[in-house]
Amino acid sequence: MTSAPKLLLSSVAKGDVLPSLRYSVTATTVVLGAMASRDWRPMHHDKDFAVERNGLPDIFLNTPNQAAWFERYVTDWTGPHGRLGRVTFRMKGSVFPGDVMELYGVVDDVVIDRVGCGWAQLSVVLRVGDEEKTTAVVRVALPVDESDNPWRRRTDQWRP
Amino acid sequence: MSPGPAPVPADVEAVIGVAQYEEVGEFPVERGYVWTSCASVENGNPLFWEDEVAEEITGGPIAPPTMISVWFRPHHWAPGRSAARLPLQVHFDLKERLALPEAVMTDNTIVFHEPVRPGDRLRTHQVLRSVSDEKTTKLGTGRFWVIDVEYRNQDDELVAVESYTGFGYRREGG
Repeated sequence: MTSAPKLLLSSVAKGDVLPSLRYSVTATTVVLGAMASRDWRPMHHDKDFAVERNGLPDIFLNTPNQAAWFERYVTDWTGPHGRLGRVTFRMKGSVFPGDVMELYGVVDDVVIDRVGCGWAQLSVVLRVGDEEKTTAVVRVALPVDESDNPWRRRTDQWRP
Repeated sequence: MSPGPAPVPADVEAVIGVAQYEEVGEFPVERGYVWTSCASVENGNPLFWEDEVAEEITGGPIAPPTMISVWFRPHHWAPGRSAARLPLQVHFDLKERLALPEAVMTDNTIVFHEPVRPGDRLRTHQVLRSVSDEKTTKLGTGRFWVIDVEYRNQDDELVAVESYTGFGYRREGG
């Protein structure tokens, strides 16, 4: 079986907008995400602790699970040939059960580096209502043509 | 003449660029956690679910790159362990040594290198990269620092580097 890349660098341009992702967060979302990332801290599963000790309205999504949401959002767009190179997060607020979170992304730049690897740089925002909760700058490698595969790049051919 | 800013203490300067707190993950990278993580965010990327696709594109199964820190979170309990282990110990060392009781992380960057694969035994160490002069922000007066956490596999290949920018501070009047 040979699977063709879903998205080539040549079909991406600065200013392109990624399809948005909307998700209703529940207590299960928060607890499952914390346990999946081996984060046993009580503010991610114990509402009494979050309220009484942290002064927050409820338990909230932990950072590693938010990273997993951002990865899923970006690779839903690229398909499996897309390879993350670099992500920079900035946390601004918490995401609680009952929130409807939305992820939005835009392409800020498209380049081919000096070893021939194609890169899209994205700004991705996780919002609840009008409030930005987390922002990320993502550098993701995309195939430059049908025969290219960023995952085959190793050592000095991979410069994330 | 007013005194200049307090210099970075010599013993803190001495550990800049030095690998500290080397450790090996408590368990090998395993697919159960990969599937649990993907399920938690409804990630249907076939690299993680279809062996044929993983074989063709990534030369076999891999773990989602953003799971890198998962492989180093300690068990909630283990025989003989008397105290909870703290991740990012260098950060807590700086707070104590510089007498800065409060701290926030402002940015977190992860750079991904060789893919992480089921069965990998990863190891890590922390490196203090820089400590700033004293600065005053709306939070208080303190210092910014950058800590890198480097991850390597059993073949000594670099798999990821996480960089944390922290700001340790004293509240005004504190």
